[in-house]
Amino acid sequence: MTTMTYEQAMEEFDPVFGIEVHVELNTKTKMFCGCANEFGAEPNTQVCPVCLGLPGAMPVTNQKAVESAIRLGLALGCSIRESSRFARKNYFYPDLSKDYQISQYDEPTCYEGSLDVVLDDGTVVTVAIERAHMEEDAGKNTHVGGSGGIQGADYSLVDYNRGGVPLVEIVTKPVTGMGDRTAEVARAYVATIRDIVRALGISDGRMEQGSVRADVNLSLRPKAVAGESQDDVPFGKRSETKNVNSLRAIERAVHFEAARQASLLLAGQPVVQETRHWHEDTSSTTPGRSKEEAEDYRYFPEPDLLPVQPSREWVEELRGTIPEHPAKMRARLREEWGFSDLEMRDVVAADALVLIADTVAAGATPQAARKWWMGELSRVANDREVALAELPVTPGAIAELQGLVDEGKINDKLARQALEGVLAGEGSPAEVVASRGLEVVSDDSALEKAVDEALAAQPDVLAKIQDGKVQAAGAIVGAVMKATRGQADAGRVREIILQRAGVEG
Amino acid sequence: MSSLERSDVARLAALARIDMTDADLDRLSGQLAVIVDAVAKVAEVAGEDVPATSHPIPMANIHREDVVRPSFAQDDALAAAPEAEDGRFRVPQILGEEA
Amino acid sequence: MTDWTRKTAAQMADALAAGEVTSVELVQAHLDRIAAVDGTVESNSVHAFLHIDAEGALEAARAVDADRAAGVELPRLAGVPIGIKDVLVTKGLPTTAGSRILEGWIPPYDATVTRRVREARMPILGKTNMDEFAMGSSTEHSGYGPTRNPWDLDRIPGGSGGGSAAALAAFEAPLTIGSDTGGSIRQPASVTATVGVKPTYGGVSRFGAIALASSLDQLGPCGRTVLDTALLHEVMGGHDEMDATSLNEPVPAVVEAALEGAQMDLTGVKVGVVRELSGADGGYQAGVTQRFEESLDKLRAMGAEVVEVSCPSFEYALAAYYVILPSEASSNLAKFDSVRFGKRVEKATVEKTMLATRAEGFGDEVKRRIILGTYALSAGYYDAYYGSAQKVRTLVQRDFDAAFEQCDVLVSPTTPTTPFKIGERIDDPLAMYLNDIATIPANLAGIPGMSLPSGLAPEDGLPVGFQILAPAHEDARLYRIGAALEASLTAEWGGPLSAQAPELEVAE
Repeated sequence: MTTMTYEQAMEEFDPVFGIEVHVELNTKTKMFCGCANEFGAEPNTQVCPVCLGLPGAMPVTNQKAVESAIRLGLALGCSIRESSRFARKNYFYPDLSKDYQISQYDEPTCYEGSLDVVLDDGTVVTVAIERAHMEEDAGKNTHVGGSGGIQGADYSLVDYNRGGVPLVEIVTKPVTGMGDRTAEVARAYVATIRDIVRALGISDGRMEQGSVRADVNLSLRPKAVAGESQDDVPFGKRSETKNVNSLRAIERAVHFEAARQASLLLAGQPVVQETRHWHEDTSSTTPGRSKEEAEDYRYFPEPDLLPVQPSREWVEELRGTIPEHPAKMRARLREEWGFSDLEMRDVVAADALVLIADTVAAGATPQAARKWWMGELSRVANDREVALAELPVTPGAIAELQGLVDEGKINDKLARQALEGVLAGEGSPAEVVASRGLEVVSDDSALEKAVDEALAAQPDVLAKIQDGKVQAAGAIVGAVMKATRGQADAGRVREIILQRAGVEG
Repeated sequence: MSSLERSDVARLAALARIDMTDADLDRLSGQLAVIVDAVAKVAEVAGEDVPATSHPIPMANIHREDVVRPSFAQDDALAAAPEAEDGRFRVPQILGEEA
Repeated sequence: MTDWTRKTAAQMADALAAGEVTSVELVQAHLDRIAAVDGTVESNSVHAFLHIDAEGALEAARAVDADRAAGVELPRLAGVPIGIKDVLVTKGLPTTAGSRILEGWIPPYDATVTRRVREARMPILGKTNMDEFAMGSSTEHSGYGPTRNPWDLDRIPGGSGGGSAAALAAFEAPLTIGSDTGGSIRQPASVTATVGVKPTYGGVSRFGAIALASSLDQLGPCGRTVLDTALLHEVMGGHDEMDATSLNEPVPAVVEAALEGAQMDLTGVKVGVVRELSGADGGYQAGVTQRFEESLDKLRAMGAEVVEVSCPSFEYALAAYYVILPSEASSNLAKFDSVRFGKRVEKATVEKTMLATRAEGFGDEVKRRIILGTYALSAGYYDAYYGSAQKVRTLVQRDFDAAFEQCDVLVSPTTPTTPFKIGERIDDPLAMYLNDIATIPANLAGIPGMSLPSGLAPEDGLPVGFQILAPAHEDARLYRIGAALEASLTAEWGGPLSAQAPELEVAE
């Protein structure tokens, strides 16, 4: 069988894709109980009768999660159903404590939306959204023995801390007509979702921690022949690649699946409709567990929960909190700030856009804000191997720091020291400047004293200056700066030296 | 609606994760077929115009505040576990059939 | 010497308040009675209890007595012992829901109702027997052997709450808690000559009640008198934020209603006899019909107007019930998977372990219903079964709405027959299901219902129950009418019917 490349596959076939994105909400508590929704706790310490699925326990919906789901739906242009409800999806799996997942089925809260996705070259693609619904996450299985994977493990261990964490699942309608830009569109779509959930503040959007997870469906169909519309050609059998958890991987998964399916089709072999696993290390997919028959989830309305019927007023109130579309915001800010395309791209790539915007809002100039976040702070973040947003400094503090520089209270070098103090948790920039004694010395009497002492120590230099070799003053300036630990205003020092020497500068 | 067959019962038992011996199937299939035939009459009066009732007392929007409540200590969470290890519930291999 | 076990809960509460008896004495008297008559499965005794917590009950009693001696203000039923159906989780006390799959499970938390019982300072005698996961009408489906009817130990005490009802009839407890999904409080009350109430759906929190069918289940009080039952109703009821379906409204004033009813004046009350539930079309035991008619006469004599109403869609209620219940149960019982608690039959893989555990842990009736529910929800069958059953539910509600436009309460015999013999219907599920024909419609509609004794059937001398149904939220009406009928009948009998129960053989 000939192995096709992605490009060859796209020449031969018309690709159709769909994506299901799961967004983990950053509510304080879980979807249906009061256990903390936090990543990284000791196993089975954020569990209660409800999320542990103990006999007798009952779920109660988290109001904040409903609000976040509606806001996300609105940001995706969805309609908000007047009455939606939860349903049980029944299947047995050890990480699913109740052996059913509370989800939404026939009446999702958000439906029929669309999202503009901006590609790198500025092309705008509109992706139709079928639905965005609420559900709960499952716990986490750890496989012991064998290679550490599920295959060949001796046994498994289950931690239910993640069980019941609120999710919103966003499902696209089939996306057609993207040709060889399919992989790029798929990637940009997920990136846009990630940007939106961050802008909404409803999720940290961190794909590497699984806060945003994607399943990618792909199928190929023959290209329409002359006189035939592509829309009339039926879809091919699709594969669903699960848990593709980085933007790069989404692009690669589309590449791999398109090439794999095209190779099969050209060899006259069928594509099997199945679930496939993504392997980051080899950038490839393998078939999931073969099932004798399609899973029968036996959905039915969750009898322990009541319908969600958000009032029109509330929905409109929430609509008022929806931030600008990230791509549109980027274009607007680039213009307002006067950044070059390249600068803007670097800012976006560094996840610094919101930080810079907030710093500007706190009073700094865009250039100064960019200088701090893309310079010193990026370096620190890089050293510490954390995201910029995780640094223990707020945009407000950066604006304050720059303000101190602009007022002449500190110079750039001192400002970096002050920042070091802020990052070390010593307080606000002003507090660090005060406690570390970093303020520029501008008190003339102190400077005059320091100049006099320096001149007295180097009488030959004074003579040179008085001889007209004004540049010799540099040595005295240096001595004064040393004596004041860099906190003197060098220009003012120079003026005082010249005064003392009786020469005009 | 045709009655429930023995093979249907076997399939449903697998879906519901209940092992059934031939003797179990012999015993339960006949009874189940009778019951299924008896309850099938619900479809007789369920017209298009009749709305479904999921909750006997109609209510909506019962939500809780997003406020953390105490969780179990790990020992209490695991106290009834048939088997536990490293603070987690231990289960036999999950996909052993394919290993 | 006073036999305190023969007193009503209200009398016990009054005696405690008056200092005529201590809670320790009451608890000990009941523990002694349990030891004397409850026996074991092997001894063919009542076997109402699955677990007895003598030490816990005595400790709670001692604390109440100490507080009372110290002048602490106490709730009305403080110190009065109680039995709790094993469907409710009790922290630190074994809870099995009558199933072997939960054998030995000690819950790490209390159900809301358990907590309320503890807060009411009622010593918990133990956990009462039930059909496995409340699936049954005879308590024969308990994984731990049947409970026997104190009126005739060869007969069933009803189900699923046969243990709670038999404990009352055998004077092993003055009050017990039950759960009613299709009649599991009312039908056992009927066949043991006790009182049982299924409150309005949502009137009592279900949090911590091991779910059978979530949209039908309701916990309720069981007693030997209407007033006692009302007193317990007020302890159990009320809003609970842990149960989303809990009604956010005050507990109906049921004690006040019971006291009012005991005045025996029903002037202006309209009572509807539901034609479809009255045996008018045959199929009811003659003595059951006779006692029902006599009770109607009593109501008339107290000034009530009795009219006949028709609820034609009730014909489909039983079928709808046996679709909805198994469907919801098949999902609710999935969690018994051997991973986090309960039984495990270890096999090579987790899937095989689940299959084997559930095969061994569940009894036949549970398996039947799980498979039936799995079928009714499965792809291609949902609309015909579950979807249709939900529509029947709407029709049943409409029938009730129309009936309650014409009258204040509806009445019927609680069960078509007096208790049958143990083993008689065990192999005929459909015949067993017919026990609940008169009680099921209330669960489908979420309305409250009560069963109270209306006499003994002349042909077999066994108890007959009288059912009263009221509109949702109007639980108080049950107690008013029930207390009136109880007062009228008790006057005729010269004492409570329960006193006529045969003496049980007492163990050494």
